[in-house]
Amino acid sequence: MARTWRPSAGVTSPTEEPSGDIRSRRRADRARRLRAGLPGLALVAPALFFYAMFVLRPLFATVQYSFYDWDGIGPSTWVGLDNYVRLLTDPELIGPIVNAFQLILYFSIIPVIFGVIAAAIIRKLGASKLALASRTVLFLPQVIPLVAAGIMWTWIMASDGVLNQFLSLIGLESLTRAWLGDFDTALPAVGVIGAWVNVGLCMLLMLAGMTKIDPALYEAARLDGAGAIREFVSVTLPAVRQELGVAIIITVISALRSFDIIFISTQGGPGNSTLVPGLEIYYLAFFSREIGQASALAVALTALVLIVVLPLNRLTRTESMS
Amino acid sequence: MSQASFTHRATGRRLVPSLALGLAGALALAACSPPGGTAEPEETATGTSTPSASGDFSCPAEDTTIKAYVETGFPIFAELAAEFENQYPNVTFDIREDQFAVITQNAPRTLADSDTDIMRLPQMSDLASQGLLMDLDEYAAAFGWDQWPSSQLEQLRVDADGRRGDGPLYGMGLNFSMTGVFYNKELAAQIGMTEPPATLEEFDGYLQAAKDAGLTPVAQFNGGATGGLAFPLQALMASYGPPSDINSWIYLQDGATIDTDTNVQAAEHLASWIDAGYFADDINSLDYSQMMSRFIGGESVFIFNGDWESGNLDTQMPGEAGFFLMPPLEEGGQLGAMSAPLTYGISANAGNPDCAAFFLDWVATDEAARTITVEVGGSHPMGPVDAFMPEIDPDSVTAQTLAAGAIVGENNGSMDFIANATGEIYAKSWTPNLQKMVAGEQTAAGMLESVQADYLEQIGG
Repeated sequence: MARTWRPSAGVTSPTEEPSGDIRSRRRADRARRLRAGLPGLALVAPALFFYAMFVLRPLFATVQYSFYDWDGIGPSTWVGLDNYVRLLTDPELIGPIVNAFQLILYFSIIPVIFGVIAAAIIRKLGASKLALASRTVLFLPQVIPLVAAGIMWTWIMASDGVLNQFLSLIGLESLTRAWLGDFDTALPAVGVIGAWVNVGLCMLLMLAGMTKIDPALYEAARLDGAGAIREFVSVTLPAVRQELGVAIIITVISALRSFDIIFISTQGGPGNSTLVPGLEIYYLAFFSREIGQASALAVALTALVLIVVLPLNRLTRTESMS
Repeated sequence: MSQASFTHRATGRRLVPSLALGLAGALALAACSPPGGTAEPEETATGTSTPSASGDFSCPAEDTTIKAYVETGFPIFAELAAEFENQYPNVTFDIREDQFAVITQNAPRTLADSDTDIMRLPQMSDLASQGLLMDLDEYAAAFGWDQWPSSQLEQLRVDADGRRGDGPLYGMGLNFSMTGVFYNKELAAQIGMTEPPATLEEFDGYLQAAKDAGLTPVAQFNGGATGGLAFPLQALMASYGPPSDINSWIYLQDGATIDTDTNVQAAEHLASWIDAGYFADDINSLDYSQMMSRFIGGESVFIFNGDWESGNLDTQMPGEAGFFLMPPLEEGGQLGAMSAPLTYGISANAGNPDCAAFFLDWVATDEAARTITVEVGGSHPMGPVDAFMPEIDPDSVTAQTLAAGAIVGENNGSMDFIANATGEIYAKSWTPNLQKMVAGEQTAAGMLESVQADYLEQIGG
């Protein structure tokens, strides 16, 4: 189609034209190209409109608000970079960020390792009923809404919950405690919920990656005398490197911007020990009514996620190319 | 295809996206004026509706709809509205319900953007300062609210600097509630407590007796973002020191501090209860509803709570629950209790402010309404001291909480809640510090110092 709209371009080379004509020709060309693009633009316009209204506009507005002192209703005052300076100097605002980085262990590292191993085992099981069942069981947490998962785990980890009942049953009564209400265990307990949710996603990604491995590779490895572990390290792992990268990126992002699970299970308590940036933004915006400070933290969180994720992204890309 | 045509096509393709991006950018940047306008005086939000000029405030004769935004889980408003619709058939209520936390976060936007008439209010000094609430002084004069005991409405007055306790009236109560100690009569009998303790020392003894008997003395909620130990803490403060000082602090009066000697003693007393193991060991993960279900289920001898549960307890464990105020240091000594109106306000943008005000006056003065307030709400109705009171079963916990209210009144011991000083003092300061104290990571003195520092920062900023 594009070719029929501008036949002249291919026929005459611009150098044959006198210089005065070139400019007018170019202008005509540009107008033609614009006309050529208009139907396309008309087609994307509705989507573009919604994207601009509901993604770009809030994004720009957040950046804009972060330079103001504003309560969300009344008049606002320009404060320049003050909100960002406070982010770097107020220990109360740094604590949540430290917590978010600790959550990476539970939301990302544990589920990825567990997901790879689970996928490798399930793959070995082939098309058996056991494989189907374990795949379903492991993926189920992904289907359950995070709010429901949070409530369920709150019950499990309550002082009279299933977890403590089990520990008492096997004689570990000394370990029982209110897992989500203890300063030392609250953050790991919240992390366990996140790990449980994310394992399914990691496993599914790995399984998808493993299905594209040529079975001949395994046969060759076996002929060379490789055991199951060697096979896993030398054949499976290199082949799923890209999926591994995707899994790590998605789960790291989920750790840094976590909100739902923590909001439901601990609301940041006890004593701020599970406070994360997402929750802090919510409290700042809706309870303290410091829209400017909340926006600044939101912008910083977005930047932080990008800073952490972009190098990860590059790492997996270059590895897969080499 | 020549090279030239290729580049042409390529730039042609680039042009459309850049145009598209430009369009998107223009849309995105459309809102580049300062949010909410600049700090010019004419920009401040002011209400559009005012009390009608005639001074005759009642509901119009034609069909009227009152839009209300109230707290879910407490049937008192809905029952009052139904009775009002009975008596005034041309008035209909359109009621929207939400949890209190949701109302707290929605309040400014709802008041600014909708024509809600009556709304359950969270901490209200910001809302009043922002011009979102109607000044009710004219109604107060017309209906005679200013003749009631002034302590009833004191908390709902906000002055020009956002300090409470004085200034124009911006809210009205459906009733006023009161807090203290509820106890399970059967469990109390087991530990030898046949009547409420008269001194704090006696109360300490009963807590120890409950502990010794293998019972959980107090399963107080203190988890998540809601530090329920603030209830006993404030009650202890009123036993150790003057309640009026605590009110000045809550009302943001100049120079007020929570970090006083008597308050430190009160906090240390609370810490001694924690150290002695009088609280359930999982209170840092207990929420309010879990506390109620444990108390009703007989798993807690005492709880620190308010009379908004009286009606509920009379239904769930009739005759089994008792109530007393936090005892004084010496018998007959000074005591106090948190007592606050169940606050409702009229929006500055209300469509029917006169009718809404008439309803609020009716709640305080109509006999049927006062009966509902006591029987459903469990708390004392607003209004003059000598107004009608319904008959109550003297064995009910409602009767005990109402009687305790009279004692607090005589003692001038009523205080607003220390959690209401600023919008964030509870979630960001009291709660984390109380939770740390339970975990042994904060001392009594350290907590008050930390809360006072946050307080100064919040009211200064």
